[in-house]
Amino acid sequence: MAVNAGVIGKTYPATTYAVGREKVREYALAVGETNALYLDVDAARAAGYDDVVAPPMFAVVYSMPAVAQALFDPDVGIDFAHMVHGGQDFEWGPLVVAGDEITTTATISDVTERAGRGFFVFESTSTNQRGETVCVGRWTNIVRSG
Amino acid sequence: MALRPGDEIPPLNVTPDRYLTVRYAGASGDFNPIHVDEEFARQVGLPGRILHGLYSMAQVARAQTDAAGGPEALKRLSVQFRGMGLPEHELTVTGTVREVDDGVAIVETNCEQNGKLIIRNAEAHLRVGDA
Repeated sequence: MAVNAGVIGKTYPATTYAVGREKVREYALAVGETNALYLDVDAARAAGYDDVVAPPMFAVVYSMPAVAQALFDPDVGIDFAHMVHGGQDFEWGPLVVAGDEITTTATISDVTERAGRGFFVFESTSTNQRGETVCVGRWTNIVRSG
Repeated sequence: MALRPGDEIPPLNVTPDRYLTVRYAGASGDFNPIHVDEEFARQVGLPGRILHGLYSMAQVARAQTDAAGGPEALKRLSVQFRGMGLPEHELTVTGTVREVDDGVAIVETNCEQNGKLIIRNAEAHLRVGDA
């Protein structure tokens, strides 16, 4: 398949996600978490956090609005019917808690074609309201030939 | 808990129920029909609705944070997705500490279902305190 390497380096407008207590609890319950830090405000405060703690993989939720811009960019041209999520890498900084506002920027770090498959690698960088980097994500999507 | 090279983390077993993919779609915002619409999934050649890869990755993450005593320990997780996970079949996450360097344990970890690895070559970095 032909890929458009010209989009490498393209950066999208930042998105900001306000982390809500019930959204954290909903996510934590959906993935089967039982740690009280995620579910119980009193337990989280007793442990020194301002509010319930977001599980690390909640990064998916606050990063996605930024990454979706790349996924759905016609210049990138991903064919969703033939796309699979090939790999994912997250590096975390300070924990995110309910009440935080997380700003994420997404960039296209690589687009290549190998053996008839397109490899699309996006990078997301998320910072909290204090400017601390809370998560850097690398998202690899693979598109098979149609 | 102390993690030393060669230690295995406690395995995590979970069987996502029939409607898990619907709840995860709502929680994560990923409503790709291959995860929530049985008929659509079959039409595109899948055996039926499949698990979100990031749900399976969340199980790998949970095994690490459970082993390390909490979310603050997990500093990095990288995975490769292979095959596809199915609802109503048990997932098993296992992992072994490869090395401990400067207070960070590096865990090689995988997620298996029905004898096949659906996440492989995964690596977690867990802060375990001063060596």
